Amino acid sequence: MKRKRMQLLSIPYVFWIIGFTVIPLLFVFAKAATSPEGDATFGNLIAIFDPVHRKALFLSIELAFVSSLVCILISYPAALIIKSSKIRNKKTLQFIMILPMWMNFILRILAIQMLISKNGIINHFLTAAGIGRINIINTEFAIVLGMVYDYLPYMLLPVLNGVLAIPDDIIEASKDLGADRFTVLTKIMLPLSLSAIGSGITMVFVPSMTEFVIANILGGGKIQLLGNVIEQEFSVSMNWNLGSGLSVTLMVFVLLTTLIFGRGDSDKGRGFVI
Amino acid sequence: MSKKLIELKNISKSFGNTMVLDELNLYIRENEFVTLLGPSGCGKTTILRIIGGFETPDVGSVFFDGKDITKLPPNRRQLNTVFQKYALFTHMTIAENIAFGLRIRKKDNEYIREKIKYALDLVNLPGYEDRMPDSLSGGQQQRIAIARAIVNEPKVLLLDEPLGALDLKLRQEMQYELIRLKNELGITFIYVTHDQEEALTMSDTIVVMNQGYIQQIGTPESIYNEPTNAFVADFIGESNIIDGIMLEDRLVSIGGKSFECVDTGFEKNEPVDVVIRPEDVELGPVEGGQTTGVVTSIIFKGVHYEIQIESAIGITFMAQTTLNFPAGSHVGISVIPDNFQIMHKPQSEDEEILNIEDYPQGQPL
Repeated sequence: MKRKRMQLLSIPYVFWIIGFTVIPLLFVFAKAATSPEGDATFGNLIAIFDPVHRKALFLSIELAFVSSLVCILISYPAALIIKSSKIRNKKTLQFIMILPMWMNFILRILAIQMLISKNGIINHFLTAAGIGRINIINTEFAIVLGMVYDYLPYMLLPVLNGVLAIPDDIIEASKDLGADRFTVLTKIMLPLSLSAIGSGITMVFVPSMTEFVIANILGGGKIQLLGNVIEQEFSVSMNWNLGSGLSVTLMVFVLLTTLIFGRGDSDKGRGFVI
Repeated sequence: MSKKLIELKNISKSFGNTMVLDELNLYIRENEFVTLLGPSGCGKTTILRIIGGFETPDVGSVFFDGKDITKLPPNRRQLNTVFQKYALFTHMTIAENIAFGLRIRKKDNEYIREKIKYALDLVNLPGYEDRMPDSLSGGQQQRIAIARAIVNEPKVLLLDEPLGALDLKLRQEMQYELIRLKNELGITFIYVTHDQEEALTMSDTIVVMNQGYIQQIGTPESIYNEPTNAFVADFIGESNIIDGIMLEDRLVSIGGKSFECVDTGFEKNEPVDVVIRPEDVELGPVEGGQTTGVVTSIIFKGVHYEIQIESAIGITFMAQTTLNFPAGSHVGISVIPDNFQIMHKPQSEDEEILNIEDYPQGQPL
């Protein structure tokens, strides 16, 4: 049967997902549900209410939220400009915009570190100009800067595709019916690209929330995201049970955001192209 | 005659290096059904977009009701457009689509509800308020697009090949609908199409265009019966376009044989284009014909047969008749004097494109 043969094609993926996702996940769940001594416990899950962990979780959510917002505020106007530009080959512009993705993301973060560190390039110029140093590195701002720099293309791509997919005659029709620019934007463009923005948020919010490398490099270890706490439980404290418990908690929050913002994806799959 | 509502003066427009409109002049009267007719790329859609405000002419001005609106953005013009691909707002219900323009004008809810009902009744889709555009057929979507436009009570409705995406049967139905709508609303329709049958069926006035120039302006009858040049004759319906020589007033020579016609005012022995509509080529017994010929092909077209005849004077005629003349049969060919259309030959390639000045408007057509 044809259908059967098509199903055979999924074998490599099925092996992959069982071997590298499902089984490891089961390990994580098992660790999360037990104490280091091997007794069943909810302690590792409840540990999120510990003030330190709670603070790290809220900070993770906050920075992921701010990063997503900044990415939208940069991407949407850029998409509008590209749509209205007379440049014929819009795919080239899109290519240029995602060009940073070609560079290793840790390299990009190290580059930012060079720019904003205490004796970095920016402070060097500011000192030379007689303004004096400013403190950027090791702040929450620095981490948001790094996240936006790293994840902006993931917002830009779906938003740009979503905005470009809005037919010109629909925009002209709304103007024809009396809509000014603001009305065209709020009543036509935004509603029609909402699912694309949703895709973008999922693509930026989720990795930002689970981020720990950027926080390590640009936060100088002073700012603890939940990702940093988990990493330390695994690599420093060697408490894999607590690390797993916190991971499961983080997973729940990731799932929640995907549910909230990813709903639009079923709508013709518009925008989600990565 | 009613007053001029829209006037285009000296409009030129290029896209890149392509000249689309060249010093075009045109006016449109109140309550007229005007059709801009021509092949694709003739500039008809560009004229519509200039009137709608979606394009700005490089040179020239657009007047609406005596006021210069050349620089006015589309949202501040008293006209509405029906787009070729409907352009309905897919994220809104039918009622929200129709209410869009009214909400911008801050009409109250009671007024809007009545207007929606009135418009849906007018386009024969009552009760469709809560449907989504995606759930409607092409013809229904186009009706909604018309309803959405007319609730704003525009003075002019612009229609950009609105039936182009519909199948033949639906297209014919919609033609009658549009004529009815125009009569009920009593507003000006400016209609763009490349379909000559559509133009002949619906219009009060047809503007035939080619390569950015107006070729002829007139009623459907005058355009069909008295085309001013070979392009119009060829584009509107089917035609035999034949080389001839005007021997004297009312006498034209085709293939060495003289035929009586009704045209005057040509030079003696001037080479001319002679246009004969296929339905005006009369076939009969060999004895009765002005000339004779042999039927080379016959195709059944439903209402009539389309017949190719190789004539004794060396010209291939196309004839349309309800009578059956089998291929190979010998026939007599006659054309009455009224049915010869004689036209000056273009002097050069350039002159094939006529200038508007040659056809002043306002003349009795």
